[in-house]
Amino acid sequence: MTLLSIRDLTVYHGQLRAVDGLSLEVERGEVLAIIGANGAGKSTLLRAVAGLNPPASGSITLDGRDITRMPAHKRVPAGIALVPEGRRLFRSLTVEENLLAGAYRGRPGAWNLARVYELFPWMADRRAQNAAQLSGGEQQAVAIGRALLSNPALLLIDELSLGLAPVVVRRIYEVLPDIVTAGTTALLVEQDVSQAMRVADRLHCLLEGRSVLRGRPRELTPEQVEHAYFGIGTAYAGGTPGKGGD
Amino acid sequence: MGWLNAIVQGLLLGGLYALFATGLSLMFGVMRIVNLAHGDLAVVASFLALALVSGTGLPLWVVMVVTVPLFALLGYLTQRVLLQRSLGAGPLATLLVTFGLSIVLQNILLEVFSADTRTLDGGSFATASFHLTDSTSVGYLSLTTFLLACAALAGIQVFLSRTGLGRMLRASADDRETASLMGADSRHVYGIATAIAFATVALAGLMFAMRSSFDPSIGPSRLIFAFEAVVIGGLGSLWGTLLGGMVLGVAQSLSAQVDPALTLLAGHLIFLAVLAFRPQGLLAGRAA
Repeated sequence: MTLLSIRDLTVYHGQLRAVDGLSLEVERGEVLAIIGANGAGKSTLLRAVAGLNPPASGSITLDGRDITRMPAHKRVPAGIALVPEGRRLFRSLTVEENLLAGAYRGRPGAWNLARVYELFPWMADRRAQNAAQLSGGEQQAVAIGRALLSNPALLLIDELSLGLAPVVVRRIYEVLPDIVTAGTTALLVEQDVSQAMRVADRLHCLLEGRSVLRGRPRELTPEQVEHAYFGIGTAYAGGTPGKGGD
Repeated sequence: MGWLNAIVQGLLLGGLYALFATGLSLMFGVMRIVNLAHGDLAVVASFLALALVSGTGLPLWVVMVVTVPLFALLGYLTQRVLLQRSLGAGPLATLLVTFGLSIVLQNILLEVFSADTRTLDGGSFATASFHLTDSTSVGYLSLTTFLLACAALAGIQVFLSRTGLGRMLRASADDRETASLMGADSRHVYGIATAIAFATVALAGLMFAMRSSFDPSIGPSRLIFAFEAVVIGGLGSLWGTLLGGMVLGVAQSLSAQVDPALTLLAGHLIFLAVLAFRPQGLLAGRAA
């Protein structure tokens, strides 16, 4: 069943047409990873789904409901939560206050403070600490916990691995199956291709705002991904090239 | 009047300065708005109370209970209707809007109440006092003012740290965009911040009105005290504002002990010294 459906979406980032007539669908309960080089439009796409960048044209539908023009703050009760690029924790709030901020307009559901502390056991001991004192990996975990507390149907994670050591990234991704099992669908943006192939059910590779390759990680060869990633000629002919189509 | 007395009076006065400055600090902390009409709003509250007392004959405390919530509502509307529009146009636009508001308010007051100097008569309560020691007496009015100011600050502190909306206020001060990702409608959050600012400035205005005389043009010179308390204490910290108010109050009353002509100058000098040597303020810290 389709949870999120994006049709012919065009979004500008300043003057740049960052997302260019993109279409994709996210099925309920799956992990879809968007990969692509710097400036491929991945983050802009996620920001448009979260309501931060208004699209120029196209439509976004969540659970059959058109949310294209809905402001960001109303998308939270509608079931969307974004873990933003660079974590963006509230610096003057404690760890626990950051988590609770996520529950401000959240939906009722399985996720609460205790459940997040279960997911990341170290967090309970440091709940009173200022969020700015945490390491990058810890901040990322808090940012994910914060998003979970709104009990989203769709969890958007933007560049989880940015600036973190691979071992830390792997440890954070280990909780993803638990999150999906609890009934959340995940749409990830990831620059680290091998990490994305490991955790995702399906991949989309973006190039200059268009979807140039999509498929299941197992069915894609490293060459296909590499060529799509860097936009080398027509070498991805073996895969499922789809210029904006789904 | 000994030195101890001067310090006690200064501390009590500092509570009022802090209450007066809180709204300025809150609006800057949450919205980055420097409200130049802040002092005039206090004066408007004074005149409104004066008009209500003389017009309806209601006791002063009832007038206060009416005025403060009324100002909170007014604050919410001012933010939603007036300030919100200018926020998108950058910090200079909001500065100009509040500057314009300041001039408009002064002229309306001048038109309605004339340029006469007024006082709000607090009755025997405003002049009565009790002796702390032989040389130190404490006025009931200054003590009540101080306690009310502390209660208001503590109340705001509890609101900011214990409630969901208060948390979102602090979160919005840190990062507005991410706060909207938590479901916070920034217009509503800003409205609440302005409502609190207006309510506290009204309370402070009423207290000022009972302590000393006022006229329609006194707002800007009052505003200076709020700015000084905020800067001395450190921007964005409620307890810093209280400390800043007290430092300012004590500096003023101690220097008045030396020479009454030095009163205001001493406060300004402390402010200048803090700006020069500790520009982040005495208690630089967490956002409002």
